[in-house]
Amino acid sequence: MKELNELSFPDDVRYAESHEWARSEGDRVKVGITDYAQDQLGDIVFVELPEVGDTFDKGEEFGTVESVKAVSELYLPVAGEVVAVNSSLEDSPEKVNNAPYGDGWMIEVKADNPSELDGLMSKEAYLETLKG
Amino acid sequence: MTRMRYLPHTPEDIVAMLKAVGLDSLEGLFAHIPEDCRRREVLDIPEHLTEWELNDHMDMLAGSMAVSPEYKVFVGAGSYEHHVPSAVSFLLGRSEFVTAYTPYQPEVSQGTLQAIYEYQTLTARLLGMEVANASQYDGASALAEAMLMAIRVSRQKTVAVSRAVHPLYRRVLQTYFEPTGLEIRELPYLDDGTTDLRPLKDMDDLGGVAVQSPNFFGCIENLEDIKQTLQNTKALLVACFTEPLAYGLYKNPGQCGADIACGEGQSLGIPRSFGGPALGMFASKMKYVRNMPGRLVGQTVDLEGKRGHVLTLSTREQHIRREKATSNICTNHSLCALAAVMYMATLGGSGFRELAQLNYDRSEYLKSALARAGFKLPFSRATFNEFVVEFPAGFQKTYQRLLKKKMIAGLPLETYYPELKNHHLLCVTETITRADMDALAREIKK
Repeated sequence: MKELNELSFPDDVRYAESHEWARSEGDRVKVGITDYAQDQLGDIVFVELPEVGDTFDKGEEFGTVESVKAVSELYLPVAGEVVAVNSSLEDSPEKVNNAPYGDGWMIEVKADNPSELDGLMSKEAYLETLKG
Repeated sequence: MTRMRYLPHTPEDIVAMLKAVGLDSLEGLFAHIPEDCRRREVLDIPEHLTEWELNDHMDMLAGSMAVSPEYKVFVGAGSYEHHVPSAVSFLLGRSEFVTAYTPYQPEVSQGTLQAIYEYQTLTARLLGMEVANASQYDGASALAEAMLMAIRVSRQKTVAVSRAVHPLYRRVLQTYFEPTGLEIRELPYLDDGTTDLRPLKDMDDLGGVAVQSPNFFGCIENLEDIKQTLQNTKALLVACFTEPLAYGLYKNPGQCGADIACGEGQSLGIPRSFGGPALGMFASKMKYVRNMPGRLVGQTVDLEGKRGHVLTLSTREQHIRREKATSNICTNHSLCALAAVMYMATLGGSGFRELAQLNYDRSEYLKSALARAGFKLPFSRATFNEFVVEFPAGFQKTYQRLLKKKMIAGLPLETYYPELKNHHLLCVTETITRADMDALAREIKK
C-alpha cells in the first residue's frame, strides 16, 4: 500500500467518509471511489452497480466492489436517481485501480438536492480523516 | 463422577489444575451458575452394554423396521432406493476422503479439492447448468437458498412456489422466509398433475418461481412453458428436483431455460438411511455466480504452470463477508458429494441413460398393471419412476394387509394434500423386480 503523499486527491471532487467521491457535472453528479479506497482494496476484480432509473437516499448502498481481498459496499454520497452507469467496468474492473477519478467512475446521478454536495468533505478535510 | 478412560486427565492432573486456578474442587468451577439452573439428579440413561450386547440391541432395533430388500418398498417421495456399485462404497470408505477437513489450505488439500471440483463439473453437466457449487445440506435447504438467491438477483420481495413441489421442501422454505418479511405465494396444480401457470399473469412483482420436475406427483412439468411465461419479468426460474436420475431420460433444467437448478442428490449413490445424510445439489447460470450461496472450488495454475484447485469466490461467503454473505451456511456435504460424483462416474453417461430408461420402463409396467386391475391414475401427464394412484375408499385395510405381506403400497398423499383422499404416490426403481410388481398387482386386488 502507498503512503498518503503518493496517492492523488483532486480538488474538483467532494469526499465522503466512506471513501466515495462526488463530482458536480452540470445537473449531474458523478460518483466513484477514492485513490485511497482502491489502494486499500488492492486489485479490483468485480464491481456490482445499480440499474439506470434506480433511486437511492443519501448514504444508501448502491453497489459493491470486490477485490482479491474483500468485498465492500458502495454508499451514495448524495440522494438521487441513477442516470448512467459505467458498464465498461464489467469487463475492465481494473479501471478503478488505474484511474479512480477518471475511467474508473461508477455511476452518475441526478441529485435530488445538489446542495448535499456542500455537506461532503473538501480534499483537505478528507486528508485529515485519513491521517487520523 | 466415574472417570472414563477416554477422559485424558488423571486425578493428579485435575488436582494440579484446580490448585493452579485456586479452587478446592471441580464444583468450584460451576459456582457462578445459579442454583436453579443446575441439574442435580443423575441422567436417566441405561447402564453400559458390552460390544456384543450392543450388537444384539442394534439387531433388534433393525429387525423392527420395514426395510428393503426384505420389504418391497414402493415409496420414493424424495428418497430413492437404488443399487449402489461396490466400487462407490469402497472408494468412499478410504480414510483420505472420510477424514478430510475443510479444504481451506490448498497446499494440503488437493485431493479433496479435485474431487469436489469433479463433483461440481458432473453436477453442472447433469443439470445442464454453467456452474455448480460444492453442495448444500439437502434438497430442501438448496431450494430455500435458491429462492433467497433469486430475491438477491431480482431485487424483488416475493416468490412463487408450486404446490407440486415436495411439501417438506416448502415447509423448509417457509422457515427460511418467515422471519425475513419476504412473501411466498403458492401456485395450485391442475387436473393433469402439473402446475397451474395462470395465476402468474397477475403477479408482476415476483423475484423467482420454483417448480419441481419430476414434481411431487411424479409428473414432468413443462419448464419451457414456465420460462416463456416469465419472459419480460424479473423472476428467475428455479427448477427443483428430488430424483436427478430423471435427467438421464428427460430434458434437464438447463435445456429448459432454468436460471437456478437445485434439489436432492441422495439418489446418486447415497443410501436412504431413513432420510439422511443427504446432498443438496445447486447449480446456476454463470452470470449469477456472485450471488450463489455455498462453497465453490475452482481450477487454476500454480507458479510453475501446473494445474491446481482452490476455494474460489470466497468473498461471497460468511467467513469473509459476515452478515452480507450470500448464505449463512459455510460448509457443504463433501462426503455425500463425493459419493455422487463416484456414482455418476461409475455409471458413465450411457449407463446413466440406461438406468433412467430402466426406472421408467419398470414404473410404467406397474402403472399399466394397476390400471388393468381397475385402479384410477388421476394425473395424465408423463412420469419418470413415480406416479399417483387413486385407490377405492377404505383402501387403508388393503394397505395394512399388504404390509403384513411385506409390501408397502406407496405414500398416502392425504397427509400433505387433504383433497387427495385415498391417493397414494408409488415409486418403482431398478431395485423392484417384475415379480415384485406382479405380486403387488395380484395381492392388491384381493
